[in-house]
Amino acid sequence: MLQIRNLRKSFGDLQVLKSIDLDVNKGDVVAILGPSGSGKTTMLRCLNFLEKSDGGTMLFDDQRVDLARVTHAEANALRRRTGFVFQSYNLFANKTALQNVTEGLIIARKMPRRRAEEIARAALVKVGMDDRADYYPSQLSGGQQQRVAIARAIAADPEIIYFDEPTSALDPELTGEVLAVMRSLAGEGRTMLVVTHEMDFARHAANRVVFMEQGVIVEQNTAEAFFNDPQQPRTKEFLQTYKQRSLL
Amino acid sequence: MSERLWGILVDSFGKILLPGLTVTIPLTAISFTLALIIAVAVALVQFAHVPVLQRLARFYIWVIRGTPVLVQLFVVFYGLPGVGILIEPFPAAVLVFSINEGAYCAETIRAALESVPKGQMEAGQCVGMSYLQIIRRIILPQALRTAFPTLASTLIAMVKDTSLAANITVTEMFMTTQRIVARTYEPLALYIEVGLVYLLFCTVLTRLQAVGERYLNSKGAQRS
Repeated sequence: MLQIRNLRKSFGDLQVLKSIDLDVNKGDVVAILGPSGSGKTTMLRCLNFLEKSDGGTMLFDDQRVDLARVTHAEANALRRRTGFVFQSYNLFANKTALQNVTEGLIIARKMPRRRAEEIARAALVKVGMDDRADYYPSQLSGGQQQRVAIARAIAADPEIIYFDEPTSALDPELTGEVLAVMRSLAGEGRTMLVVTHEMDFARHAANRVVFMEQGVIVEQNTAEAFFNDPQQPRTKEFLQTYKQRSLL
Repeated sequence: MSERLWGILVDSFGKILLPGLTVTIPLTAISFTLALIIAVAVALVQFAHVPVLQRLARFYIWVIRGTPVLVQLFVVFYGLPGVGILIEPFPAAVLVFSINEGAYCAETIRAALESVPKGQMEAGQCVGMSYLQIIRRIILPQALRTAFPTLASTLIAMVKDTSLAANITVTEMFMTTQRIVARTYEPLALYIEVGLVYLLFCTVLTRLQAVGERYLNSKGAQRS
């Protein structure tokens, strides 16, 4: 359902993404792994037009866009078909948990308030945050904020959800509660692209793994094959460091 | 204190307070409201980098902040009639104070807009909101919360600055006091008295500021 061809992006002289090709099928849970600075986050941000790509094409279902020449209208239309979860949550600081979820539905999608609140409450139930619906972000823990952010991302029933290192800012206990929510979403058959350092999630909740380094996709495979039978020397080395630290 | 002086002070208190309530406070309230409207507009065109308007905004701030408000009052009230523009004292004062304070408040609000984390804009984009929707519903409310204490300070300063309007024949508190002094020859006591009335007004505003900040904090606007 998502096909990326020849995605390129530079920051000044630094080429961050060098011709990325990526295919995502409906229901795929794709874990994007790789060392820091490999371009994972930039790729995800390019896919949702938070960064402007230098070149490449995107085919989203039947909608084709030239990534370097995308218009505001095209970007906005595609963003409404996706959800995005940030590393730093980015909940609207001046809105309650419930309002964070309803805001996009009511303002961007012109949904009647009552209907939007029903959907938002259901989304908050799904992430286990319905009892905190009237709390402001500053009154919630990091894990709780991220769960609300996930509720916000899934409220409009997006076709793909992008996760940008959703647990990197959380301690291990809070990481657990966020990963549990993500596992349940994966179990529902949602299509997800997850930039992460959580090997356990990649191994058990994802069905595919993409390994990136220095702006290129070094290896991609099913999760099982990737962890049990890595092909590239660089991938083996990467997995080895985790094994040595008994994290795998 | 002599009985005569005491009598003058008691007698003049009402006479000073009255133009305070009927001139100083309306002058401040109207000018500050207009200043805020100007400031939000001027700050937003800079924040959004609107071509041309952005440069006009910088020019406006440069000129207004670089010249004394007293000079601005004189230009408008004594100068403009020379080119056929006659403005009554009170509207002239409103015009000058709102344009003057608008420049300062614009800088306060621009700084507050820029202090809102970039992620707020990105999150708005990701839920499909338009740029203007995000500015109006997410960025601006947070910026105004940040700017609130500084804006309150500006308002308090403005209450006192309105005394300069005496120079363009606005019969506000200070001019009224000057007239009483001319009649009674008690400058020390009477100028201290009018000072205390300004202090009273500003004390009320300071209290209101504290109440306002508490209210805003209860609305979750402080950042985690």
